[in-house]
Amino acid sequence: MMFKKIGVLALGLSAACLTLEASATEYFGTLKKINDSGTIMVGHRESSVPFSYLNEAQEPIGYSIDLCIQVVDEVSQVLGKKVNVEYVPINGKTRIPLLANGSIDIECGSTTNNLTRQKQIDYAHTTFITGTKLLVRKDSGINEVEDLEGKSIALAQGTTNERAIKKIAQEKGITVKILSVKDHAQGFLALKTDRVDAYSTDDILLYGLISKAKNPQDYEVTGRFLSYDPYALMVRQDDSAFRLVVNRRLSALFRSGEINSIYSKWFDNMNVPMSDMLQTAIQIQTFPQ
Amino acid sequence: MKYNWDWGILFSAPYMDWLISGLGWTISVALAAWVIAFSVGSIVGVARTVPNRAIRAIGTAYVELFRNIPLLVQMFLWYFVLPEMVPDDVGRWLKREMPNPEYFSAVICLGLYTASRVAEQVRAGIEAISTGLSSAGYAAGLSTTQVYLHVLLPISYRQIVLPLTNEFLTIFKNSSLALTIGLLELTAQSQQVSEYTFQSFEAFTAATVIYVAVAAVVTLIMHKLEHLMYVPGFIGTGDK
Repeated sequence: MMFKKIGVLALGLSAACLTLEASATEYFGTLKKINDSGTIMVGHRESSVPFSYLNEAQEPIGYSIDLCIQVVDEVSQVLGKKVNVEYVPINGKTRIPLLANGSIDIECGSTTNNLTRQKQIDYAHTTFITGTKLLVRKDSGINEVEDLEGKSIALAQGTTNERAIKKIAQEKGITVKILSVKDHAQGFLALKTDRVDAYSTDDILLYGLISKAKNPQDYEVTGRFLSYDPYALMVRQDDSAFRLVVNRRLSALFRSGEINSIYSKWFDNMNVPMSDMLQTAIQIQTFPQ
Repeated sequence: MKYNWDWGILFSAPYMDWLISGLGWTISVALAAWVIAFSVGSIVGVARTVPNRAIRAIGTAYVELFRNIPLLVQMFLWYFVLPEMVPDDVGRWLKREMPNPEYFSAVICLGLYTASRVAEQVRAGIEAISTGLSSAGYAAGLSTTQVYLHVLLPISYRQIVLPLTNEFLTIFKNSSLALTIGLLELTAQSQQVSEYTFQSFEAFTAATVIYVAVAAVVTLIMHKLEHLMYVPGFIGTGDK
């Protein structure tokens, strides 16, 4: 009985504080948009395993989605009210325009942070580090990008990997036939049906594709890293107030070590332990309160 | 909206060349597919009106099959599924050795799909002619083939120019679906420009303007054609 009373009192007090804060603060940009509509629009991918993809029930799940759920919680706390989440499917081509025009407020996928993209949008802390590699059939005899001479490769439209492979092929004078595909699932389908000899994207996504394949033992990820791709959640440009909310929760996850259990949940069954590079990145981004 | 506009990129190398090459693919897919659509569509459309019941049934089956499956699904079937259904050697040839498999899959798919729509226009054109004319033809001693060649088809084709304009415009717009099987036509190229420059709105605006321009040219040509084809005394021939 005593506890119940204290609980009610605490609830009442915190509610009073929150209303005070909410009425006293005026929000701008994304926070204002979310506050006015009561809804945060979360952009998600459909086949970026294990970052952001659809489960059997066609609901978005994954490492980036879990991080975004945390961010939404932080936004709810800041605004002092429960914020509804609306998921919007996006792909490599639509993510930047949809973020810029306000269709989504945050992108939770597998997006490389690069400076050209920063001309249009902004990024929160780096949450994963990977790079371009090749996915091939085990009996293909392809070990490095140079072995693609005279062969064919599928590349997903709008990815940094597409540009990386095209650039390397041009520099090294490798003649390779390029099939431009819509997304990772279609790229893997092209490889499975023997239409191409290789598919290329970030190596972690390639492991994800293998883990979802019917005969995972037939495929392998091969070669050296052909690019450096740090992933980050995307937010709108010139909105440091919202970016701060996102980064504050990410830093909190890094500080408390909660990031490790979220990481394990998605990467353990793929046998991809956290790389030293990512561990260092996380340490560096654990800014003090 | 927070956005840094830069229309200049549309006219700088290599992005302008990409858009021009995209336009080239769009036009060549649309025209080649139109040749298939018009010829197959004419045969199927006539088949749907002939006295022979079996031939009519085949025509109807064709139209129902191709018209009722979404075009996007058909693209996918022709490109990904067909090579797996045929013998391995043929499938391998389709996937690896055939030059430009994306282009030919797109042309065949779009052509056969649009044929089902053209067939309906041709059928409607023939059925719109009063039975008196064909009866008169038969009375004059013409065979069924002759009635079609000398009486029905010359009148019906001149009357369906207007509805065919619609199909001809649609084939240009539908050709954009070829990007889902990797053909770098206008829409795909504008997307590529947007990916390389992140100036998405400029790139998509350019594509929109080009599509509208193509449509305007097509409409103009078909309008002229309609006036040339005008059959005095028949309805549905527009202003004069």
